[in-house]
Amino acid sequence: MSLMEFLHMGGYAAYVWPSYAFTALALGWMTLAARRAHRNALSAARKRLAMEKSAS
Amino acid sequence: MWTWFHKLASPPHVYRIAGLLVPWFGWVGGVLIAVGVVWGLRFAPADYQQGDGFRILYVHAPSAWMSMFTYVVMALAAGIGLIWRMKVAHAVAASCAPIGAAFTASALVTGALWGQRMWGTWWVWDARLTSELILLFLYFGYIALRSAYDDQQRADRASAILALVGVVNIPIIHYSVVWWNTLHQAASVTKLARPSIAPEMLIPLILMFFGFNIVFGAVLLTRLRGEVLLRERNADWIRALVAQP
Repeated sequence: MSLMEFLHMGGYAAYVWPSYAFTALALGWMTLAARRAHRNALSAARKRLAMEKSAS
Repeated sequence: MWTWFHKLASPPHVYRIAGLLVPWFGWVGGVLIAVGVVWGLRFAPADYQQGDGFRILYVHAPSAWMSMFTYVVMALAAGIGLIWRMKVAHAVAASCAPIGAAFTASALVTGALWGQRMWGTWWVWDARLTSELILLFLYFGYIALRSAYDDQQRADRASAILALVGVVNIPIIHYSVVWWNTLHQAASVTKLARPSIAPEMLIPLILMFFGFNIVFGAVLLTRLRGEVLLRERNADWIRALVAQP
């Protein structure tokens, strides 16, 4: 099977590839968003602690 | 037993254990999905009716399964949080919603692409598709309801009730293809009898199912860590954690 044949997906390329792309997008988004949420929570805690220190 | 359970469910413990598990879950799930994608796209034989178009199955079915599974996890956690007033359970429920919404969106979009090719339409208002769309709105509603409360406990309780009421939609989605006439094809894998799918087509699907579930675990635990940090903002263990360089 040539690369062009593979990409052609037996005539279904316009449906198969966008499906995989969107699912990859969903998985990628949920991973990055979760990591960002955790990082933000951590830096917020850090900021709060620094403010407490400077206040006391 | 109960002291053990309380220790296990204590926020610092959950935070630490989750942090240890995330990389394992992430890598194992990621590799399973990668192998499943290559196998499903390149090595599984084409379907005799749907040609190469059936390969959408490998992303559509796991997405749809996860959209429902995530909701069940969310409702269970919300119920546990309501009954036993467990903060960590509420944190799990809150962490599930955006993940479930992403899986539902993926199921709907891949389903629309598949439908357009096989049925000649992106969308029909039939039972399966409509109930899956309602699932997406349930996730959105849950997220919106949580953000409407400033008070964490009120947000937890109100959203938990919404999650529990919405669980009635899950059997409707699952059995919609049996109860009503629909364009959507009936289940081919989760039948009680032997699955009506060839083994060489089934193996990559199984890999994808496991991969999606395990990646879900990694993402859920990461979100849970963030939630726990926000909820426990004044706890001593967080001071100790943050004070580390």
